[in-house]
Amino acid sequence: MENKLSGFGLDPTGVERRTFLEEGESSPKQSLYSLSLSASLYLACFHLLSLKLGFILLLLSIYKMDLDLSAPHSTGTTIIGVTYNGGVVLGADSRTSTGMYVANRASDKITELTDNVYVCRSGSAADTQVISDYVRYFLHQHTIQLGQPATVKVAANLVRLLSYQNKNMLQAGVIVGGWDKYEGGQIYSVPLGGTILRQPFSIGGSGSSYLYGFFDQAWKEDMTHEEAEQLVVKAASLAMARDGASGGVVRTVTINAEGVTRKFYGGDTLPLWHDELEPTNSLLDLLSSSVPEPMST
Amino acid sequence: MVKMTDLPTKGGFSFDLCTRNQMLLDKGVQMPPFRKTGTTIVGLVFQDGVVLGADTRATEGPIVADKNCEKIHFMAPNIYCCGAGTAADTEAVTDMVSSQLQLHRYATGRESRVVTALTLLKSHLFSYQGHVSAALVLGGVDVTGPHLQTVYPHGSTDTLPFATMGSGSLAAMSVFESKYREGLTREEGIELVAEAICAGIFNDLGSGSNVDVCVITKGQTEYLRNYQLPNPRTYISSKGYSFVKGQTVFLEQLLLLVSKLVHVEAIFQLRVDEWQYRINWGLVPCLC
Repeated sequence: MENKLSGFGLDPTGVERRTFLEEGESSPKQSLYSLSLSASLYLACFHLLSLKLGFILLLLSIYKMDLDLSAPHSTGTTIIGVTYNGGVVLGADSRTSTGMYVANRASDKITELTDNVYVCRSGSAADTQVISDYVRYFLHQHTIQLGQPATVKVAANLVRLLSYQNKNMLQAGVIVGGWDKYEGGQIYSVPLGGTILRQPFSIGGSGSSYLYGFFDQAWKEDMTHEEAEQLVVKAASLAMARDGASGGVVRTVTINAEGVTRKFYGGDTLPLWHDELEPTNSLLDLLSSSVPEPMST
Repeated sequence: MVKMTDLPTKGGFSFDLCTRNQMLLDKGVQMPPFRKTGTTIVGLVFQDGVVLGADTRATEGPIVADKNCEKIHFMAPNIYCCGAGTAADTEAVTDMVSSQLQLHRYATGRESRVVTALTLLKSHLFSYQGHVSAALVLGGVDVTGPHLQTVYPHGSTDTLPFATMGSGSLAAMSVFESKYREGLTREEGIELVAEAICAGIFNDLGSGSNVDVCVITKGQTEYLRNYQLPNPRTYISSKGYSFVKGQTVFLEQLLLLVSKLVHVEAIFQLRVDEWQYRINWGLVPCLC
């Protein structure tokens, strides 16, 4: 395991710090982290990361495309976690983008860490997948050693440790949510930089910028499960309507004392917002259907 | 006194020369172009298994370096992997993981699983932080069923029913998005894959030449090399070429004796290795 960890460059013990960015550029991530600017921070980091790949892009100059298929695979996303009386509801969109191209339009951003704890991932897809794999492995060991299911707090803290101690190398903003018998349903937000913050609800990803005002108005304490689920789906579809980097379908995961329920909301079941059109096969059908009225003098 | 040079190397990519490279680039020195497979690679899941497809053009900048290269790499008898990106990187990484899978098969005594190959590829690529430029479509059928996964150079993976990668991925994806449905038959699957690759060949400058297809089902794999050749040479003179005798001046004539051909029994060699392995590990009872 030692070799595997040092090969990755990730160091959960925090003893050694390895800085990888030695290509004449300072790490953009170090200088920008604060909770309130999480959305613009995510966008800024993404652009700067693209600059780092500049010399590879030079060599691709023949295939000059605005799409930039060699950009790091990222989840420019909308993720939401909400507590209700009895548990939590986690929700996410399903778009994974590489530059301007949608690499996967039906991805699953809500990943299992244990039976009772799930995590919503946003930021670099590679980084968040590796973090989830590590934390799932650690939690499995921890559960065996403890003799009972891990608590959500432990899971969130493991994510936070990896995120904080490798902050120079990672671009990962996650929301950890779950249920345990001591504290019930809990949501922990672990944004870029590795802060951990317990909140009654949390939003993340590039699409979250459009939801701060919505949640200020629509959130209330002690909702029922149905209310919480509807809130999450409505919020996700609002963000998907306005954010280019979010889209596809909405996936939700409900975690409570009874267990885990996964739900899927296809694109056509989501409500349409301002200026959104009904899906049609061709605009020509709309245009040719109405016959122009004769002019009257 | 221990000098810096005496410390054991830690492994992973060595960034020592990166500042020097950047300085050279700034001074205007041109880096030699990588040989890339500017490519179209696709995969789809049909009712009995997985179909993988690839074009066969390898480019070095604007030049076609290889008109008929093989982009579908062997990983295990039941797992194949298409590779896009830098040709050296895809070759090296698939060879490496293929060897690791074989050792794992010897150790476990079981058929390799696609998720094993996926995890090995993913962890290798992540640890090189995207500098190993290999974008792969990994497909296979194991005891748990058919699997199709894409692996990106930074180490992220996606599991999909149909996938395309490479510079021609947009053209191929448009074909898949219009025509893919669940439960395709083998013939329909192969035809759809060939159509998607052709879309990449004809609409993308980085892809061209022929179509390679690989069909993997439970217990059987068929590698259809050059399944379609939609770009034949059209400039062959119909009258043939007539070279007048005596026109070429030759300076020296060297006659080589070709001895009898040696026919190598490859299967026999493998058996010998396997026996050697078994003897070494005490798996063969010694008879007096």
